[in-house]
Amino acid sequence: MDGYLRPRTLDDALAMLAATPGCQVLAGGTDVFPARTGAEVWLKRDNRPLLDLSGIAALAGITETATGWRIGALATWTEFCATQLPPAFDGLKQAARQVGGAQVQNRGTLLGNLCNASPAADGAPPLLTLDAQVELSGPAGGRVLPLAAFLLGNRRTALAPGEIATALLLPHPPEGAMGGFMKLGARSHLVISIAMVAGTLALEGGVVRHARLAVGACSATAQRLPLAEAALLNAPPDPARLLPEHLAALTPIDDVRASAAYRRHAALVLLQRLVESLA
Amino acid sequence: MTIALTLNGAAELVAAAPATRLSAALRDACGLTGTKVGCDTGDCGACTVLLDGAQVCACLVPLAQAEGRAVTTVEGLAATPLGAALQAAFHAHGAAQCGICTPGMLMAATELLATTPHPDEAQVQAALGGVLCRCTGYRRIIAAVLAAGSATTASAAAVLALGTATAPLAGAVGAVGESIPRLDGLPKLNGTERFGADDAPADALWLRPIRSPYAHARFSIGDASHLPVRLLTAADIPGRNGFGIYPDIKDQAVFAPGLARYRGDCVAALLGERAAVEAVRWDDLPITWQELPPLTATAAPGGPALHERWPDNILTTGRLRSGETPPPATHIAQGEWTTGFVEHAYIEPEAGWAERHGETIHVHGCTQAPYMDREEVAGVLGIAPEAVRIIPSACGGGFGGKLDVSFQPMVAVAAWLTGRPVRAVWSRGESLASSTKRHPASIQASAGCDAEGRLTSFEFEADYDTGAYASWGPTVAGRVPVHCMGPYRLPFVHSQARAVLTNNPPSGAFRGFGVPQAAIAQEMLWDQLADAAGMDRLEFRLLNALRNGDTTNTGQRLDHSVGLVECLEALRPHWHALRAARRTTGRTRGGVGVACMWYGIGNTGMSNPSTMRLTLAPDGRLTFHNGAVDIGQGSTTVLAQIAAEALGLPVSALHMVLYDTGLTADAGKTSASRQTFVSGRAAQAAGAALRGEILRRANAGAEARLTLSDGTLRVNGEALRLDSTLEGLGSYDPPTVPLDADGQGIPYATYGFAAQLAALEVDMDLGTIHLQKIVAAHDVGRAINPLLVQGQVEGGIAQGIGLALMEEYLPGRTENLHDYLIPTIGDVPEIETILIEAREPLGPFGAKGIGEPALVPTAPAILSAIRDATGATLRRVPALPHRVLEALRGH
Ligand SMILES: Cc1cc2nc3c(=O)[nH]c(=O)nc-3n(C[C@H](O)[C@H](O)[C@H](O)COP(=O)(O)OP(=O)(O)OC[C@H]3O[C@@H](n4cnc5c(N)ncnc54)[C@H](O)[C@@H]3O)c2cc1C
Ligand code: FES
Ligand code: FES
Repeated sequence: MDGYLRPRTLDDALAMLAATPGCQVLAGGTDVFPARTGAEVWLKRDNRPLLDLSGIAALAGITETATGWRIGALATWTEFCATQLPPAFDGLKQAARQVGGAQVQNRGTLLGNLCNASPAADGAPPLLTLDAQVELSGPAGGRVLPLAAFLLGNRRTALAPGEIATALLLPHPPEGAMGGFMKLGARSHLVISIAMVAGTLALEGGVVRHARLAVGACSATAQRLPLAEAALLNAPPDPARLLPEHLAALTPIDDVRASAAYRRHAALVLLQRLVESLA
Repeated sequence: MTIALTLNGAAELVAAAPATRLSAALRDACGLTGTKVGCDTGDCGACTVLLDGAQVCACLVPLAQAEGRAVTTVEGLAATPLGAALQAAFHAHGAAQCGICTPGMLMAATELLATTPHPDEAQVQAALGGVLCRCTGYRRIIAAVLAAGSATTASAAAVLALGTATAPLAGAVGAVGESIPRLDGLPKLNGTERFGADDAPADALWLRPIRSPYAHARFSIGDASHLPVRLLTAADIPGRNGFGIYPDIKDQAVFAPGLARYRGDCVAALLGERAAVEAVRWDDLPITWQELPPLTATAAPGGPALHERWPDNILTTGRLRSGETPPPATHIAQGEWTTGFVEHAYIEPEAGWAERHGETIHVHGCTQAPYMDREEVAGVLGIAPEAVRIIPSACGGGFGGKLDVSFQPMVAVAAWLTGRPVRAVWSRGESLASSTKRHPASIQASAGCDAEGRLTSFEFEADYDTGAYASWGPTVAGRVPVHCMGPYRLPFVHSQARAVLTNNPPSGAFRGFGVPQAAIAQEMLWDQLADAAGMDRLEFRLLNALRNGDTTNTGQRLDHSVGLVECLEALRPHWHALRAARRTTGRTRGGVGVACMWYGIGNTGMSNPSTMRLTLAPDGRLTFHNGAVDIGQGSTTVLAQIAAEALGLPVSALHMVLYDTGLTADAGKTSASRQTFVSGRAAQAAGAALRGEILRRANAGAEARLTLSDGTLRVNGEALRLDSTLEGLGSYDPPTVPLDADGQGIPYATYGFAAQLAALEVDMDLGTIHLQKIVAAHDVGRAINPLLVQGQVEGGIAQGIGLALMEEYLPGRTENLHDYLIPTIGDVPEIETILIEAREPLGPFGAKGIGEPALVPTAPAILSAIRDATGATLRRVPALPHRVLEALRGH
């Protein structure tokens, strides 16, 4: 490996990033290192210098703010699970407990999961249903993007050259909102999702007043399903209101884990069960 | 550059680059090789260490992130009460087999128990879910962690009392039938066990194979003088550029000369100082490739020949003809089944090293077959086998995959040419791409029974995709036709299995040699016939089961040790209880499946001798020279128990000299479930021979009592003085008769029998399977060590679960352990093992083998249960959720 940088401040990090073209940002390393191993099998060595964020104290921690919660770029899945949060965040916590095994949860960060932009990133669907925003910092200053605008495609994000994602911003969820997550894979632990769904629902007098549903691993990036959400609104929560056509925007693929047709079918079944469990 | 951290409680300055993976820093810079590397991708957890008390995969942590923090490794465990308690519990429960996953398991468990002293099973699963074990089936690991959590007092002394591989275990008697913990247990628990990647000399050169990325390609290698390291090619092989299991088939080149026949085929190797080798990139290589269309299993028969020697691409055809015409059948069943490539996925990738000593060469590393490796290395170097010494390291799992040579010829050639020690460690990706696999099978079968449910006929035809080279293909084609009807009375059998050469990875030996695939078809047909005849599926099998005195379809009369009826009868109450408890309506439906198997112990109709030796020196040192490689299955312990019992002394009296072709006689390979039976008989004979020598000198009768203490052997209390070393030599070769063209003969001296039940639930909307329980009844003849036998059963079942539900190797697509899925700790349900002991008169104290039998019935029992739950017959394994759902809908 040709270089390794471990700045202590964000400013230093940005300066180093600007001065070291082609540098790769490193947080928990649970995506960075496996990718390097994979390339080395066929002697395709990835020699990009690493810019390790782990020494930057300002990027650590999960804090409550006036508008919601701020999840620092270094916050791990384990840290997130240990934080007291309203029930709307339960889906994200359920996802956190199913990302890899305990070793990966102890090291992997929520932001790393998003920056890596795998279609099967388990953090993406629950974060979409929580209206998460990504806070970025770069040579031109800071900006904040809604998660859906941050995730552009398979392994593609809106991160501009020289930019670092500094935090996830989660607004206070609506009163009474409940969150859930369901993941489908071919084994019990350490499994990349065939499909996964997340949702938050808030009821008022037995009627759905707030609904967010999202599906992952069924398109290049996880997606919210506005048609499905609309179908649930202003009625008692009823899984039967969710129909195949509400999932039309998904573009699942055939791969070693499952067929496209199965994914489309499973996503609907999981969504229905999720609504049932949140009702 | 140095980085300061606290390592196992002491300050440490680690001299390595900040981006170095912590696993590599611990192993290479700190010399702590207890932390294992199975993948470098976070998938196996073998590298798990604690970072400030939290478990992490050391392979994913840059050393810089450990700066100023506390790192705890397996080497640091014994010093803490909790660590010592865990080690002792792992030992007592048989939770470590090969031991390669054990450090990771122990570290994950340490994190758990430090915060949750009394966990429940679900908490244990969640905490250990990131560590893979391929040997144990996890159940004993869970039990050990639960036990360590409830142990109130634990002492380091408890661990120090454990045995090491070569020193006697204090106080243990280890009588035959006693569940003593493994005699070679301690090094597996404290990180001192030396596996293939753990003990190469520091000055060894590094060898890195170059493999074809294409399934089929011509290539030429140009001038390599621009490379900073040496490029070894076919031209560098001093002897024969070929290896292979059969003496007359050396069809796989060490470095392919111009034609690559599968993705992963080795074409050359880089040799030099490690850093220089690791800096070479693909684009630097002077190799030009011309991709050719690959041959698949369907196109291969009659397609363009892959090897001149087999113009039709049929490596071998095995067949069996038994019975003239079938009796009339009332019910007929038929079907087709396909299975995929299955990877052994031992957690230790291939690794070892070689060193030239004058005109001889020593090769160290993981293997299942040291004497076969010796032949291969000698052939490749063009020297006599006696000039080659194979010194096996500990073997971190094999399951058949380390029977073929891998690194051995390459490092031997490199060390021979350079005079320097040379080492090689396959990465997981290389291991997956290059190693042998379980044969994919494409099976057509039909069977009939009469109105009472008596089987009338069985016909079976299968193509086994044997890949690019012969490897064990002929063995598979030989075993399948004689096993595929299962352990049943059949008046008529026609069976045929072909091994078809393709541009796929070579299919070799994998626990069961083709029989697990065949058992799927056989048992699924029985389910169909039982239903047609209106019979209970277990009773149907019982009615047709082989019994003592029956003659098999190869014409072999079995007079003894046919324990299948006892197995089925032992399962019957479980069968009824599980069937009564299952849920038959709703979103998830329960099902219970049953399947049987038989398995011939030892080679098929071929000599496969073993020799064991015991010596008693004048100073009273009693030594057991045992050449059978223990790959985790426990032969070191079991053979010592047998030898000690035959001799009449406790196992604690034995010192051991273990597998090393320079020190121990040929015990044959560790495969074919043969070590307990074949080497066990040899060990028994060696024990008896030495006992005979002793009694003769002491002039004592056969019943004399021996004791050994303080260097003095006493016979009936009288000290025996010796002026020279006494020796007891024992050899055994099971009596067999080769099969004729119709598959008639005595292929095996004895057979293991088993029946298993699987209870599960199927999610009717998603096609997912949730296993609830496996009940396994195994006739092992005699359980020399029930603890270890149960460990084999559970480990075999876990692999059967993988075959049934998740494992499918696809070249180029599942070349890592996150895409190639093996069962995790949450995928193996409760297992109840029932040991049936139908004594085998030929076996040592009545014992047969268990290594492979455990795996065979599991997949068919699972498919039988899915059918019970849903009515749908799966035609293809693994039964991934989308395939199950398709089958449900097609039904
Ligand atoms: C065994 C195993 C199992 C896994 N299982 C799952 C699973 O079940 N579900 C799942 O979703 N994922 C899984 N993962 C993937 C991974 O653990 C997660 O995606 C994790 O959250 C990544 O976080 P990290 O901090 O380790 O990222 P890193 O590896 O450090 O970085 C990931 C990527 O994001 C970039 N990056 C990271 N942080 C920033 C930042 N702040 N600004 C800009 N770029 C950044 C890096 O450059 C890199 O490209 C698994 C990984 C392993 C090894
Ligand atoms: S070696 Fe680190 S997880 Fe496998
Ligand atoms: S004992 Fe777990 S992998 Fe061998």
